[in-house]
Amino acid sequence: MRNSVPTSSIGKLLYSTNTTQQQQQQQQVSLDVDVMLTGELNPNHYPARRAAQVVLHHLNTRYGSPYWWGALRQVHKATAEALGDSGRKYSLEVTLQDQISGTKETCTAEVVFPGGPAGGPPQVTTSYEGKSEINTQAQEEALYNQYNTSQNLLSGHNLPDSYGHVAPGMEPFWHLGGVASSFVMLKESSENTLYNMAQVVSVTQLATENNQLRFNYDVLLHEMVSQEIIHWKLLASWSPQEGVKASQMELLPKCHHCEPPQEH
Amino acid sequence: MMLALVGMLLLQMGAATRAIHDYNVYHPYTEIDSWMTGILIDNPDIVSIERYGQTYEKRDINLLRIGERTGAMKKVAWMDCGIHAREWISPAFCQYFIKQILQEYRVHGSRMAAMMKEMDFYVTPVLNVDGYIYSWLNGTRLWRKNRSPGTGSCSCYGTDLNRNFNVTWGTIGVSTNCCSETYGGTAALSSPEAASVTRYLEQRKADVLLFLTIHSYGQLILVPYGNPNLTAPNYGQLMKVGLAAAAEMKKVHGMSYRVGTSPDILYPNSGSSRDWARLAGIPYSFTFELRDNGTFGFELPEEQIQPACEEAYSGAMHIINHVHREQFNAAVSVATASLLGVLLATCVTVANNAF
Repeated sequence: MRNSVPTSSIGKLLYSTNTTQQQQQQQQVSLDVDVMLTGELNPNHYPARRAAQVVLHHLNTRYGSPYWWGALRQVHKATAEALGDSGRKYSLEVTLQDQISGTKETCTAEVVFPGGPAGGPPQVTTSYEGKSEINTQAQEEALYNQYNTSQNLLSGHNLPDSYGHVAPGMEPFWHLGGVASSFVMLKESSENTLYNMAQVVSVTQLATENNQLRFNYDVLLHEMVSQEIIHWKLLASWSPQEGVKASQMELLPKCHHCEPPQEH
Repeated sequence: MMLALVGMLLLQMGAATRAIHDYNVYHPYTEIDSWMTGILIDNPDIVSIERYGQTYEKRDINLLRIGERTGAMKKVAWMDCGIHAREWISPAFCQYFIKQILQEYRVHGSRMAAMMKEMDFYVTPVLNVDGYIYSWLNGTRLWRKNRSPGTGSCSCYGTDLNRNFNVTWGTIGVSTNCCSETYGGTAALSSPEAASVTRYLEQRKADVLLFLTIHSYGQLILVPYGNPNLTAPNYGQLMKVGLAAAAEMKKVHGMSYRVGTSPDILYPNSGSSRDWARLAGIPYSFTFELRDNGTFGFELPEEQIQPACEEAYSGAMHIINHVHREQFNAAVSVATASLLGVLLATCVTVANNAF
């Protein structure tokens, strides 16, 4: 398979072919970290992986629910090109997996990271057409009906807890927290970030409005590149018909002076 | 001394009265500490505990030294866990690893039994003891750094121990803000934890074949260097062994681990322990980032401890076996060649004398 050699503004190149991971690894050369690569990217390297993660955040905002929560499993191909006004576009082929059912799908996607001083969230388009195999309709309707009530509004915290456990019955609200967090993670993402939701600190149900179940979420996001834990509040609304929406997203400051007492 | 007295007391009480250690749950530090004593008591022939440093809060940093005592200085495989407090699967893996190698050692004629004649394993179950204890308190599960206080006008706690080693310290992938999760400290080795590892291994580095440092999450095997301007002289070999280890890991439970330098597959960084080890001349140096890929992240469910440890063990053992083979089978080949040479010379002499 012929190597395709990308262009690069400064010296060093990075290239890959349709070969196994091992061969790709052996073909790599050293990277000048300030170079913004264009052309074909090594799909196992971080620039492609970060862009692919953004695709998953986008898909979760569109298709996520208490019973569908996508995660990145593999990047097969990736290219990047510079756009006018210093924006950059990634073209990707990825495999994603629903973390609940385990179903995998492959799709292509484009991610545009806008440039310039205004910046702005990445723009994503994909070939993904919606969940094909697993039908979550029945589960979603059952959950919706169960919680479409003004009595015994749901509340929970620490999903998962310190030991990785999610309280029984709370899993759909952990998933929902992850999906709602994707709205934040999508808008906060850049080529220099890689976000995952670390934990739902708390979830509190509010009264249903306009046929949408509504929940106040308090979440901790983990940003891998800085290793920071970032605290956000948001309002998630959901129905099987409308899907998930997030609003009133608010960044909470890192609390430096809220140290709990020492144990001794 | 204290440890010997405790040991004798427990022996008198009978080892049977000690609870069986559950390797499938996360343990607070006091339980890990007790477990280490138990390992020592159960395996006095090949285990010793060495205190090689102190944390900021003056707690002991201990390693378990495991191997047959030959009286000579042996080659060493180093493993440390828990350098980042919130990565709980890491100390869990060190506990699993020790249990496994001891189990395998006791099998007569096993490869591990042979290896322990020639090599010692130095395993630190929890390096960042203060940070790990802090992560068990209410509301601080996601703590990463050690617990040294901020200096000057900066009042936040903690230095990122994996940015504090003396290798291109403070250059890239590190923060000078003491409130940051990747704060590199006031100077290289400003943290007593990183200083302890460095001081201890500096004296022994000529005998250290392998340095494995265990982290989570991300499912990665990282090879030196974190600074993109440095290339390890045996980069090709490190990649080859790392990729083979990842292939072994995938066979266990189907999980994929990516392999590469940190600047390639994760992010550039400086001051890491893995980089220091390679620069110090330890030929094989790897960072393992264990499960998962972000679903649970640092809070990996306890049900996943065993499968995560099983696959990590197969990867670690692949590397250990390679390193051992390279070091000792080469020596065996040399010895065999010498023996053949002597035999040949003897035959010739005999033949000559016969005429």
